Amino acid sequence: MALDQSFVGRAYPPTAPYEVGREKIREFAEAVGDTNPAYTDPEAAKALGHSDVIAPPTFVFAITFKAAGDVIQDPQLGLDYSRVVHGDQKFAYKRPVRAGDRLSVTSTIEAVKSLAGNDIVDIRGDVHDEAGEHVVTAWTKLVSRAAEEA
Amino acid sequence: MTAKISYADVEVGTELPPQSFPVTRAMLVQYAGASGDFNPIHWNEKFAAEVGLPDVIAHGMFTMAEAIRVVTDWVADPGAVVEYGVRFTKPVVVPNDDKGALIEVSAKVAALLDDNRVRVDLTAMSAGQKVLGMSRAVVQLA
Repeated sequence: MALDQSFVGRAYPPTAPYEVGREKIREFAEAVGDTNPAYTDPEAAKALGHSDVIAPPTFVFAITFKAAGDVIQDPQLGLDYSRVVHGDQKFAYKRPVRAGDRLSVTSTIEAVKSLAGNDIVDIRGDVHDEAGEHVVTAWTKLVSRAAEEA
Repeated sequence: MTAKISYADVEVGTELPPQSFPVTRAMLVQYAGASGDFNPIHWNEKFAAEVGLPDVIAHGMFTMAEAIRVVTDWVADPGAVVEYGVRFTKPVVVPNDDKGALIEVSAKVAALLDDNRVRVDLTAMSAGQKVLGMSRAVVQLA
């Protein structure tokens, strides 16, 4: 069943702030095997001009995807999450995410399409810090694959 | 922000040092914990088979995180990456053996932009297949 076009443009309320911790960044960097000292050594990060350790470029996805859960699980939208795959991902950074940030995400549905039985939803997550400054925007394309014909 | 590479030193076609990144089941479990994405298609082969996958597959976001290391290692400052986007074209299949899979990443400067920025196009392959499409980063150089 085609998704409801009236969801295009819908924005969801900002999420409660997520506090970015140094150890969480370290854990993420270790999990992807990245030894860049900017992720783990505050002095190395400062030498690069940052006020504290910064997060790897894809780190913020964990925060924006959790926020997108409000969209994905919106029963009115009716997306079949058991059939969802990640289609595209993009980030545009105003500045890197860093330890000590308290980040809030506002999710907006940018597009809803049905193509060959696949339901496609484009979600934009605008991430702001505690001062209300824009940090990064994440665009996530989710594809709910058509169920096989019975 | 301190990129190690100077805008004046690159041109369209400049190649970044390529890298290969291994991925094993253990690494996927570690990534699941660190990222909070516990989708069983990334660690449970029975579940993966039931939803029509050939085997356990790597998180797309894991592959995306590995690929950008070719860029962040090149510029030294990961904060120099101002845009990064990919399309997940093929899954990285990770067999349950000692070797796992290999993600091979190459990249080159595709365009010179304003304000000492460049667009870098990445190619990520695994088992002979392109696993990321439209994989592009905009990087602030010195």
